[in-house]
Amino acid sequence: MKIYELNASEIHKGLRHKDFSAREVAQAHLYRIEQTDKDLKAFVTVTTEQALRAADAVDAKMSRGEELHPLSGIPVAVKDNMCTTGVKTTCSSKMLESFVPPYTATVVNKLEQAGAVVLGKTNLDEFAMGSSTENSAFFTTRNPYDLERVPGGSSGGSAVAVAAGQAVIALGSDTGGSIRQPAAFCGIVGVKPTYSLVSRYGLVAFASSLDQVGPFARTVSDAAWALEALAGHDPLDSTSVPNAPVDWSQPLDKGIRGLKVGVPREYFADGMEPAVVKSVREAIKVFECLGAEISEISLPHTSYALPTYYIIAPAEASSNLARFDGVRYGFRAEGATNQEELISLSRSQGFGPEVKRRIMLGTYALSNGYYDAYYGKAQKVRSLIKQDFDNAFSQVDIILSPTSPTTAFKVGARVNDPLSMYMADLCTFAVNLAGIPALSLNCGFVEGLPVGLQLMGKAFSEMMLLQAAFAYEQTVKLPQLPVFKGGLPNV
Amino acid sequence: MYETAIGMEVHLELCTRSKVFCGCSTNYGGAPNSQACPVCLGLPGSLPVLNKRAVEFAIKASLALNCEVAPETKFDRKNYFYPDLVKGYQISQYDKPIGRNGYIEFEVEGVTRRVGIRRVHLEEDTGKSFHDVAAERTYLDFNRSGVPLIEIVTEPDIRSSAEAKSYLEALREIMEYIEVSDCRIEEGSMRCEANISIRPTGSSDYGILNEIKNIGSLRGVQRALEYEIKRQTELVSSGGIVLRQTRRWNESELKTEVMRTKEEAHDYRYFPEPDLVQLVIDNSWLNKCRSEIPELPRARRERYVRELGITPYDAEELVADRALAQYFEGVARLGTEPKLAANWLLSDLRRELNQASLAIEQVKLREAGFSELMVLVSSGAIGSKTAKDILGELVHSGVSPAAYVKEKGLAQLSDTSEIEKFVEQAIADSPKIVADYRVGKERALTALVGVVMKLSRGKAKPELVNDLLTQKLNKGRL
Repeated sequence: MKIYELNASEIHKGLRHKDFSAREVAQAHLYRIEQTDKDLKAFVTVTTEQALRAADAVDAKMSRGEELHPLSGIPVAVKDNMCTTGVKTTCSSKMLESFVPPYTATVVNKLEQAGAVVLGKTNLDEFAMGSSTENSAFFTTRNPYDLERVPGGSSGGSAVAVAAGQAVIALGSDTGGSIRQPAAFCGIVGVKPTYSLVSRYGLVAFASSLDQVGPFARTVSDAAWALEALAGHDPLDSTSVPNAPVDWSQPLDKGIRGLKVGVPREYFADGMEPAVVKSVREAIKVFECLGAEISEISLPHTSYALPTYYIIAPAEASSNLARFDGVRYGFRAEGATNQEELISLSRSQGFGPEVKRRIMLGTYALSNGYYDAYYGKAQKVRSLIKQDFDNAFSQVDIILSPTSPTTAFKVGARVNDPLSMYMADLCTFAVNLAGIPALSLNCGFVEGLPVGLQLMGKAFSEMMLLQAAFAYEQTVKLPQLPVFKGGLPNV
Repeated sequence: MYETAIGMEVHLELCTRSKVFCGCSTNYGGAPNSQACPVCLGLPGSLPVLNKRAVEFAIKASLALNCEVAPETKFDRKNYFYPDLVKGYQISQYDKPIGRNGYIEFEVEGVTRRVGIRRVHLEEDTGKSFHDVAAERTYLDFNRSGVPLIEIVTEPDIRSSAEAKSYLEALREIMEYIEVSDCRIEEGSMRCEANISIRPTGSSDYGILNEIKNIGSLRGVQRALEYEIKRQTELVSSGGIVLRQTRRWNESELKTEVMRTKEEAHDYRYFPEPDLVQLVIDNSWLNKCRSEIPELPRARRERYVRELGITPYDAEELVADRALAQYFEGVARLGTEPKLAANWLLSDLRRELNQASLAIEQVKLREAGFSELMVLVSSGAIGSKTAKDILGELVHSGVSPAAYVKEKGLAQLSDTSEIEKFVEQAIADSPKIVADYRVGKERALTALVGVVMKLSRGKAKPELVNDLLTQKLNKGRL
């Protein structure tokens, strides 16, 4: 087995047994990036030197006989919308193409504190707005299962890095499905934590009341280690919860006998690809065989999730992105003759079409005279959607659904049709609106493309979701790395 | 005839040590951009964390203005583009201000006026632009970005420019008194805007409102409003209509000019700030804030006049300096006659302070010592001249006045037989003055008193000297 095929717990074991050094692990992954990223285009920036320095620090620690954190020496990739001191943080936008932050996001700090080795920054849809990474101002990331297809988005670069063995763990951010949907398209595990569980400090905001950072991994166990490291109160983020009631000491292999699983009929309705529904139904049978009690439930306001999301998220985004004005940092347009022009030209030239579309939507929704009809009403519907989940979780422990209505689609297939692009996140919006946790894991393949299974739980039920996912994963034992199409080397 | 309706909007910078959403210093006058971090620069990914002390200052200001304090409140984003506004929005409060429905009372030409306070809310300050016109450049300083501000909005209850000025003075006095802002207009820690309209006298509807910005001094407020009242009255009297505008006060040309018309008004697109959580102000917190508010100046002045028998003028003088008033109260509480204490504080002690450039807090002679000095004076143990002479020394040394008087032997002589000796000697030594007295020159007596005082080295009690001299001199006449 090659080093890049190992998961975090195997690397941890290998380091402790001195099978290899942290430097060798880092080098193996950097080499893997070198070999594959011409085709995959997952990374915007690779930080080779910093990575090797971090790996050497782990090796030094080991040679002093110090105890290693399970993430020590584990190669990780970071979505390029999280700030890293001295390393460009572009949000895959022309606006921040050369922006180098003077501070580091709390989540990245936490990983580094644990000894993780940051390999670089990954591609995304500009400012995390999109479902395919095609909205990146730089290039489109490709799906390792089929280079003609998108990896999903917006955290497409991070999902691909993990799926293709370029990194063991990666950070993504999820505002409406941006971790779960690319995890589904790339056949890996992606966790969207409960809102407030993980600090947002240093995550470039898209929609502040919806954004959460979470991990990608190839195994449930790796995802659990990463999530535990990321979680916790951050005094720099007022919305982060002080004492989250998540018991990280619970075993992952607790089993799911007696677990009450709800299957919401609204998530199996029209618009879902039949083959995807079939895969998910089969996964539900596996849960049943493992002793879970399956019942059909209803989340009646599900159909309102998309329109509600597309008012709240753009409204917050229109304000969050107002700071990019060409005045203090980032892209500045040439030829302005006054300050108003400087701002409008810089924004016109610095933002891509999807970002502009959402700024327009959000500005409109917040305008004088329209606030009540749009933003105000959307907030009311948001609480109805929350209520749906509250009601459901009084009957069941977790809810299962497809993560996305389809498998990965072809590059270019939806770029000119924003609505069909928005539909790719149909199954994931409601979770962000309700602030609850959810994860996606692979539950099989349709025509060689992974299908994602979404597990949703009530606030702070991350351990229960991970235990359920673990039980499924250990039973089904699907392959973790793709057999690449299109001549991609399995070096 | 027309009457004027004026509402004032005042922004005060709060004098907390750190900014409202980060730990940067609020000190005034630092090198440009030396007090700016990712949060107050609004860098991508940065998040605000609310400064509890700033909230307390806003609560105290609200309480001092008799406002209801919201038990639950929140922050909102006010969106607009400006180069010195780092995030493209200002974190402010829209529909749930910390304080609302209050009032302030003050005197204008001896008549008490009450002006309603519509709201008091907390927000962050912006950075500052400096335009170098010659070089065609603009420089930005973000030291001020994120300094806590409160905005205090009145009802349109103010009826004249003089009233507006009195309102601002009264407001400033209270805010300085409760130590939430230093209210310096020149340094920008107090900024005033006025909303003004006129209407036919007796009408219950308000006229079209104009907002006057860019007023840089108290005098400017008065002048700008006078100008605006005249402009609007003339316009309406000549059949014109007042348009809704935002106008700028031009200090050098002494006139207001159009800044924005109604059509150009901003749409701030307020919405709840998702980066901050709801703010709950419970009773125990409210009471803590209430306990930090001292008796306010107006009430204190009235009490001094009513209960302590101080003249209105002295009360005004004492209360104007909160530390001095505190000192005065300490002295009075120790049993010193308040009027005597007030006289001494406002004249002699204040003179010593001015000469030594000391604040009352730095004086070593504390309330107990000062009170002791007053007892020495009122009991006649020392003369007031002696007291004045030694005050300077006492202020600096902090020794007990009684001990000092004893050590230096400065106690006043009130022993008649002792004084008699000096009187006799003075009469013997000054035959010419005595002769003057005998021929009826009354001023000669004063001169003789002076001689006695000199002989006694200032210790003889002047009243006794006077009595004894008169006795002795008149005895000879019989």
